[in-house]
Formats: sequence, C-alpha cells, structure tokens
Amino acid sequence: MSSVPVTAQTAGKAAARAAARRQERLGRHDRPNRTGRAARAASRRPGWVTYALLALALAISIFPLYYTLVLGSSTQQEISQRAIPQWLPDLSLFDRFATVISATQINFWKALTNSMIISVTASLSVVLFSTLAGFAFAKLRFAWRRGLLVFVIATMAVPTQLGVIPLYILMTDLDWVGKLQAVIVPAMLCPFGVFWMTQYLSSALPYELVEAARVDGASMFRTFRSIALPAALPAAAMLFLFWFVMQWTMFFWPSIVLNSQNPTLPLVVQSLQGQYFTDHSLVMAGIFLVTFPLLVIFAIVGKQLVAGIMTGAVKG
Amino acid sequence: MTALKTPAPAPTRGRPDPQPPRRVGFSQRLGRWDVKFSPYLYISPFFILFALVGAFPLVYTAYVSVHEWNLLGGQGEFVGLQNFTDVLGQAVFWKSVANTFSIFILSAGPQLALAITIAALLDQNLRAATFWRMGVLVPYVVAPVAVSMIFGRMFADQYGLVNAVLGGIGLDAVGWHSDRFASHVAIATIVNFRWTGYNALILLAAMQAVPRELYEAAVIDGAGRLRQFFSVTVPQIRATMVFVVITATIGGMQIFDEVRMYDAQGLGGPSRNWMTTVLYLYDVAWGNQKNFGRAAAVAWLLFLLIVCIGLINFFLTTRIATSDGERPASRRRTKELIARAQAASQARAAGADAAHRAEPAEPADPSPPDPGPDRPGSQTTPGGDR
Repeated sequence: MSSVPVTAQTAGKAAARAAARRQERLGRHDRPNRTGRAARAASRRPGWVTYALLALALAISIFPLYYTLVLGSSTQQEISQRAIPQWLPDLSLFDRFATVISATQINFWKALTNSMIISVTASLSVVLFSTLAGFAFAKLRFAWRRGLLVFVIATMAVPTQLGVIPLYILMTDLDWVGKLQAVIVPAMLCPFGVFWMTQYLSSALPYELVEAARVDGASMFRTFRSIALPAALPAAAMLFLFWFVMQWTMFFWPSIVLNSQNPTLPLVVQSLQGQYFTDHSLVMAGIFLVTFPLLVIFAIVGKQLVAGIMTGAVKG
Repeated sequence: MTALKTPAPAPTRGRPDPQPPRRVGFSQRLGRWDVKFSPYLYISPFFILFALVGAFPLVYTAYVSVHEWNLLGGQGEFVGLQNFTDVLGQAVFWKSVANTFSIFILSAGPQLALAITIAALLDQNLRAATFWRMGVLVPYVVAPVAVSMIFGRMFADQYGLVNAVLGGIGLDAVGWHSDRFASHVAIATIVNFRWTGYNALILLAAMQAVPRELYEAAVIDGAGRLRQFFSVTVPQIRATMVFVVITATIGGMQIFDEVRMYDAQGLGGPSRNWMTTVLYLYDVAWGNQKNFGRAAAVAWLLFLLIVCIGLINFFLTTRIATSDGERPASRRRTKELIARAQAASQARAAGADAAHRAEPAEPADPSPPDPGPDRPGSQTTPGGDR
C-alpha cells in the first residue's frame, strides 16, 4: 500500500485525504493486534460467557420438568399459597406416582403400551416404505421417475391434517374408531422419509455395488435386502428416531379417534386434567410420569437424534 | 414372487441337452420383468398410502363441505356453498384466524432470534458439545400437551410462578388467562419452548457448513466477532433460515395442542380469546355443533390460507435467495467493483476534481444488496432456472 504523501502526489489532495482516513479507520482495528485476534479466532476457544449462556439455556430447557417434580411433591394447599412451595422434590412424589398409575380412569400402563405399539409400528413401516421407495428413486431406472419424485416432494407441502373430517368418516365406516390401527395407518405416510432416503441413498450407495449384485444374479429384492438396506442403515435409524418422537408426542389425531379407555400417553395428560383438575400436585406428578419414558429413550439415543436433525438440515 | 415361479422349467431335468436355451430364455424374461416392475412395486406402498390417507380425504373434504353433514346423522342434502357462507359469517371464525396469526407472529420472531443465538453459542469449539446439543433438545421430547399444561400452571393468573416473579421485581400481575394479548404471549412462549432448541440445531448444522476460509478472510480484514457473525454467518445460512421460517409458518397455522391444553376447558377461553383455527375446526366437528359440513368448509378455508401464505413465502424466498449471496450476484458485484476501479483510475488521471466526485462512492461497502437498476437482472435469473 502506498503512503499518503505518495498518493497526494499521484492522485491529488482529496484522494490523499481519503486514503489517510481509510488507513486510520482500518489501522485502529487491524494493525496492532492482528496476530492475537487471528490466533484467537483460529482456535475459537469459547470463554466462560459462552458456557454461562448455554447453562442458562439448559436450565430453561429442563426447568419446567423440574417444576413438575416440585409441584408433584407438594400438597394442594401449599401450591395454592406459594408459586414455589419448596425448592427440592421429596419422597411424597412417589405416593403421587403410585396414585396416578393405579387410577383406573387413567389407564397408564395401557397408554404406555399403546404409545409403544403405535410409535414402533408406524416408524418401522415408514422406514421400510421410505427405504424401498428411496432405493427405487435413487438407483433404479423407470418411466416417470423424476415426475413421481417431484410429486412425492409436492405432497410434503400438503398438510394431511386438513383431511381429518373425511379420514374420521372413513375410520367410522371401517369401524376403526377407538382402535390403534386408526392412528397407525395414517401415521405410516411420510413423504419426507421418501425424500430423505432418496437423497441419502443416491450419495451413499454406489451404482457399482448395485450392478455387481445384479451381475452376480441377485434379484431386485435380493439387491435391495443385501446391498441397499445395509447401506441405508444410518439414515434409516435417524428417520426411525425422528418419526418415533413425532408419533409419541402426537395429540391431535389420537385425541379424535381414540378415547380414555384406549389412550396414548398424550391422551393421559388430558385425562389427568379431567380427573384431578383441582389437585395440581397429582396432575403435575402425572405429567412427569407421562414424559419420563421418552426422556429415558432420549438419554440413550439422544446423540443419534441430534445427529439426525443436523444431517436432515444440511440435506433438506 | 419371482422365487415362486422359478421351478416352472422343471421338465428339463430328464433331457438336459436340448433344453438349456429355453430355460435361460425364461429366467431372462423373469429377470426383465423383475427389472421392469420392481421399481413400481417398491414405490407403490407410499403411493397407495398417500391415495388412502392423503389424497382421498383432501378431495373428499370438498364433497363433505358442500353437504349438510352431521357427526351422528351422517350425510344430509346438498347445500352448495351454504357451509362456507355460514363459516365466513361467524365472528368466532375470524377471531380464530386473527388469534392464529397473532400467536404465530409472536412466536416466530423471538424463536428465530433465540435459535440463531443458541446456534451461534453452540457453533464454537465447545467441550462436551454433544451434551449441550442434547440439552437444548430436551424440550423437543416433551409432548406439546404436557408442555402446555406445565406452562398453563406457570402462567396461572393466581399463584402462578410467572406472576410471582413479576411481583418479586415489583411489577403488576398479568392476566395471562384473562387478557387476550397476554394469553397469546403465553402460548407463543409454549410454542417457542418446544421448538427453539430444535431449530437451533438445524441452524447450527448450516453454520458448520460455512467455509472456515470466509472467517479467516474476515479476521484478516479486521472484523470482530459480532461483525463476523452478521457479515459472514448470517448471509451464509440465509437459505436455512428461510427453511426454518417456512416450517414454522406451516406449523404455526396448525397450532392445536398448546391451546387445547392451556386451560381446563380447552376451547380457547371464556370469550375464545386464544382459540386458533384448527381448534375452531375441532370444536365445530367434535365439540358442540358436531357439524361436519361446516368443519370441512373450515378445513378448506384453512388450506387456502396456508396456500396463500406459502405463495407469499415462495416469492419472498426467491427474492431473498437471488438478491444476493448467489453466484450470479457476486459475479455482478465483481464486475461492478472492476468498473468502479476503472472509473477511479480514469478519475485519477483526469485530476483532483473528478477524484473528489468519485470519492464518496469509495468508502461505501459493496456488500449491501445492489440497488435499483440491478433488480430486474436478478429477477430474470430464477426465471431462467425455472
């Protein structure tokens, strides 16, 4: 960079003034501590402020659950007198858990089993159908392939919940109202899954492998089972988790077609409110119970769920 | 299926010599069928399911909406657009639409801002990174109905935690269940609680895909942390931000769980202050009216609403995606820079006066989106792509 006097000679006084101003502006930030700043940014070691803020975010994330435990260990009178009746949960919590679990109107165990059945069945079918379709779209050639794939993607934009009225009429005609299949069958449809497996398989499964299997005399289905399915496993696991959580926490459609005799866990929340609406400690203890199973699952596979959400974001 | 048919050429066993060609031909034909029809077989489960639980209900909604139709009585007579005019004539419907928009807007902005902040915090060389990521995702595995019940308690008008805290710092208690706007804020908080961490992870993934060279270049140019964030990170993750906003919009138009569980009655409060459109649909179909015809009309109106918002989103997105950040734009910017440099050198040759006139343009940062004259050019680019 030329110095200011040189600029003044070659380009005139005004240009020199501008150059001086520019150098001053840049220099103040740049020159003295460039190396220090660059070194710091290159390693990007976060300071305690970052950790403090993250700890705050974490505290906010788990506070509501903690609050259910606190309210669950207090009595109704204590709750109606103070917003925070006590700071730590105590053992009376377990009495409330026992009350909720043994209440005949709540059907806790049935709800837990139902949620498990619905989530596992729906997720397994979604994974299987999506992988099959994804394999076909990504690696096989057939007429209207592109058109059909575009169609699948377009169906993602259609909110299927808007068809609830005819779907309910259909379920009534099939006599499925109050039965689990009324929730499972609609939950087997997942355009996002097809799209996702297509994306994943087109990059993760080389054509050569498919061709090699075909040359070795494998049928199409054998190729799918022995070549595509193992390759698709990581993405399939993520899709499974994603759909599992989605079905487990779903409320709108189950609340329409199921009832408190044959509920899922989110429906139990509703029963709790109907049953004990004046006794907040029982309601809160029940809410924790309802949330707990998925928290356990999350503690085990949360890492994969995080990875799944982050991968899905980059691809989608 | 093919496996079942392969034993067909069994007669060959007795006389092996003349038969092999035919056998090969048959299995070849089978193989060809396999190749030809397998793809359709593999994609068929999705399409059959879609026809059954996706397309058929959507179309049938139109049929139901033009009939008298009752939860108990079933199909009645054809009434034309009567259901639509009935719904449009009800004040509660319009109130529910207003509530939906209000809650959505109150949640979308803070949610995006918070999610970006959390993502920026997570996008560092953290110790125990997975722990923090899982930590912010905890609310996602709590069912919305449960979240809503807990927050409904925390936002209780009396003895609620939030009002207690407000009282503690000397503020008046807020009627979180009695005031319309306050109830919208509370419900927006419930929505945000569940989705902020999830969106933060999506944005984090996008941030990690930003090339590190850009940051190094920014550091060499003397940009601080904040400047790096706004001038490098935000423009680079713009597409993902748009994706998050679109997802939030579609979800925001269908808020149901949170409002249903916000109080014990679950019908949007005494004067329907927080009744959303989907809750209204539910109330019309399975609540007091049990009127499927009208509910189908509500479903269609809601669908139209979502389509309209989708279109607005789409236009805004193409605008944002092409106005800068894309390759054509940067190439144009480069050309502009070259042109400006040439002009400056000419001016320098011409003398001090001209240099003075060219000078104000110099300090101006070329990074903001190109002004007026370039807009039409940027509009034609996506048109060509489409």
